[in-house]
Amino acid sequence: MTSLKEAFSKEKTFVAFTVAGDPNIDKSIEYTVALANAGADVIELGIPFSDPIADGPVIQKAGLRAFDAGIDTDKIFDMVSRIREQTDVPLVFLSYLNKLYDYGYEEFFTECENRGVSGVVIPDLPFEERGEVDEQATAHNVSIIPLVAPTSGDRVQKIVEDSTGFIYLVSSLGITGVRDNNQMAGDLSETVAKIREYTDTPVAVGFGIHTPEQVTEMNRIADGAIIGSGIVKLIEADPDNATDSIEEYVRNIKA
Amino acid sequence: MQEMKLETNNKTGRFGDFGGQYIPETLMSEIERLTKAYNHYKDDPEFKSELHDLLVNYAGRPSLLYHAKRMSDDLGGAQIYLKREDLNHTGSHKINNALGQALLAKKMGKTRLIAETGAGQHGVATATVAALLGMECEVFMGKLDTERQALNVYRMEMLGAKVHPISSGTGTLKDAVNAALQEWTRRVDDTHYLIGSTMGPHPFPTMVRDFQSVISKEIKEQIVKEAGKLPDAVVACVGGGSNAMGAFYNFIDDKDVRLIGAEAAGKGLNTEQNAATLEKGRPGVFHGMKSIFCQDDDGDIKEVYSISAGLDYPGIGPEHAFLQDIKRAEYVGITDDEAVKAFDYIAKEEGIVAAIESCHAVAYVMKLAPKMKKDQIIVCNLSGRGDKDVAAIARYKGVDLHD
Repeated sequence: MTSLKEAFSKEKTFVAFTVAGDPNIDKSIEYTVALANAGADVIELGIPFSDPIADGPVIQKAGLRAFDAGIDTDKIFDMVSRIREQTDVPLVFLSYLNKLYDYGYEEFFTECENRGVSGVVIPDLPFEERGEVDEQATAHNVSIIPLVAPTSGDRVQKIVEDSTGFIYLVSSLGITGVRDNNQMAGDLSETVAKIREYTDTPVAVGFGIHTPEQVTEMNRIADGAIIGSGIVKLIEADPDNATDSIEEYVRNIKA
Repeated sequence: MQEMKLETNNKTGRFGDFGGQYIPETLMSEIERLTKAYNHYKDDPEFKSELHDLLVNYAGRPSLLYHAKRMSDDLGGAQIYLKREDLNHTGSHKINNALGQALLAKKMGKTRLIAETGAGQHGVATATVAALLGMECEVFMGKLDTERQALNVYRMEMLGAKVHPISSGTGTLKDAVNAALQEWTRRVDDTHYLIGSTMGPHPFPTMVRDFQSVISKEIKEQIVKEAGKLPDAVVACVGGGSNAMGAFYNFIDDKDVRLIGAEAAGKGLNTEQNAATLEKGRPGVFHGMKSIFCQDDDGDIKEVYSISAGLDYPGIGPEHAFLQDIKRAEYVGITDDEAVKAFDYIAKEEGIVAAIESCHAVAYVMKLAPKMKKDQIIVCNLSGRGDKDVAAIARYKGVDLHD
């Protein structure tokens, strides 16, 4: 299995997101492998949650498709094992904390280690509460990938100081309508510079990124880009036959 | 405000293991600003006197503590006193917290308030104070709730608020909270999220409890003056838990006063259709807090049900989870049927049309009072008035109302 460190040692790293179990387990495995084969450097698998407060409508709908197909956390770990038979691509989870809490932190991170999951992004776990999972995650060699927002300000230092894996920089939040692309890029460059003061951990930018042009721009600013709903939309458009469109999409991004 | 009474209620907002700040990073800077502002203004004499003035001259505080003699005689046991939060301006206890937070938001330079609402009581209170303080207001309300509480939707609109019906999930209070949190993430600069209950990330559970603790402060003064002693029990309904926290708070150190919360048992605790979080849920992390939640086998939040739009929430404020844990408070389930019977009973016996939420507390008082002695006292918090529920109660009984 490739490590996150190796994945980010490339010139620029592309992180692709899909929802685990969307539209069903077999297809979800097929699409994950397709993403890897087409050139995605890291794959982030979303664990569906009943109340995904940090996700937009596209990813919420994908979660509902996965629930309809009967997904649960145990089945996701089984999926990971089957993906691992076909590709070495580093895998990280995106999950709301309650899914881990209810599964049991020790059990969850043990499974991550055994099945080959390198990190977890937890959108509702800010720095202040990281003590919830730090010990067990570290013991099982799983990175807790911190999120930094343009609003993080003085918080950046404590968030990134002891980070491992990579840092997830949230690009487009709030304050909608008042910032154009140039302003957004300016804000992001500033935030990346601030992160660089405290750590060498690579920075990938996500949220609201869809096009190859945006990826190029984010690659200029940071170490890589994360695309979520752009890929999930392809699955939504043709749930049973999305392999070709997914591969083409990733090749365009990587071109 | 009140002094902190529980040693565990430290600066990170923990009540034992419950509470905390489990919220996306995008909101954390704002949460820090809010915590700082609250800690400053809660002890600021000018803020306190402005709020006091609004509570007295606008909301109509103190609310009455009324000796329900007919009910006491009829039930044949304890003396029952009703804390009349239903007589506040806007018709419920929600105005206490709405005034406090809106004033704080204004001090922080905010010009826009957003809020979630279940039954509509908190939405109405927020829309009201927004009008009073000249602020913009948008309210998020489950689509199902906009249908069963149509009158309150129109009230909010009359007050100048925009109401967003939320159809995602179950279309109830939980989904309204999700939508309001998302909106706050999108637009935080000029906006305060005026959470209506003792829930969410710190500082909300503490702040909302402090703003509501005026209820138990008044009860204590009023009952000592009237009966010369403390009550034997305080009973209040719990959804997220704000009116109960307000009614309990100043009695927590009075160990002889039983504190009892009435949860919505819907169609029964042995069915899937209830919202009795403290009896049926287990620990989890959701909506910014570690607390007790109704969940399925895989840690997903469950759909809950109650006849009352204000009580069908799958979680509970973290301080209630703690009070249950340390056995300082008890929580009991009241079914739809029992609540509707209490609605009829208190109307006919005392001439008070109380909110269906509050009638969950009344229903428990009807069970408890006969088992107590005549010189014992129960205070029941009537958190709101029931005008909004008349149509729904008629529907429940199969009565066809034509306007």
